[in-house]
Amino acid sequence: MASTIRVRATSKDDVTEVQALIQHPMDSGFVKDSKGETIPPHFIQQLTFEHDGKNVFTADWGGGVSKDPYVKFAFKGAKKGDELKISWVDNKGATDTTTAKIQ
Amino acid sequence: MTDVGFSPSRRLILQGIGAVALVGLGNLPFLPSALAAANDKYPEDAFKAKSEADAIKALYGKSPEPSDKVKMDAPEIAENGAMVPVAVTTTLPDGTSISFQVSKNPVALVASYKIPAGTLPNVSNRIKMAKTSNVIVVVEAGGKLYSANKEVKVTVGGCGG
Repeated sequence: MASTIRVRATSKDDVTEVQALIQHPMDSGFVKDSKGETIPPHFIQQLTFEHDGKNVFTADWGGGVSKDPYVKFAFKGAKKGDELKISWVDNKGATDTTTAKIQ
Repeated sequence: MTDVGFSPSRRLILQGIGAVALVGLGNLPFLPSALAAANDKYPEDAFKAKSEADAIKALYGKSPEPSDKVKMDAPEIAENGAMVPVAVTTTLPDGTSISFQVSKNPVALVASYKIPAGTLPNVSNRIKMAKTSNVIVVVEAGGKLYSANKEVKVTVGGCGG
């Protein structure tokens, strides 16, 4: 299966800018469907980014993050060609992991 | 018994390494915050709080003060409450975390980001808003909390119902 995680990481002047887009319903548990039944909560709780074995960014998310979530941040100390490891885990225990090359 | 991964000897060795590391660091003043940053447990309680004040208390254990050094980029009017782009930057030094709250959402806390040393205190994301509400961002920097506040008008709510 194709990864749920799409990442673009670009390095310039010692700063690596990272943009990540993840496919996930991010159901908050407060929304009802067309039959009036509550859609149970199903959202990513934690998203982590690692460079060279070191955590560079952690996102703790609730159901208030938009569907197919997007996040952008930047960190120092990486160079072009380095790998970035991205993982998430949701409230049902599902996970996905991918690695991206810094461009 | 095949509990090799966490055998007592391995644990002792790890503790030994930890103790050496602690002694090596001496009394560096930022040690408590460094340990806190290493704790990456999901803040379950903060994500259950109904109000932003309770969420911030659960997350940090204290209250923020407003600061013009916390810059929030959010729209005046959001046409679609399901996807409101909000970005935060700060010029405050030693930022260690950034969190986003929406006061009128059923759960106020939307997202909390940990910023290790070397990562810039700038984050952009997209959040849901049930209705017109204040968006509050909190930046933890140098062990203190700073906030910025902006009302975003929502024409179509993002939480259905």
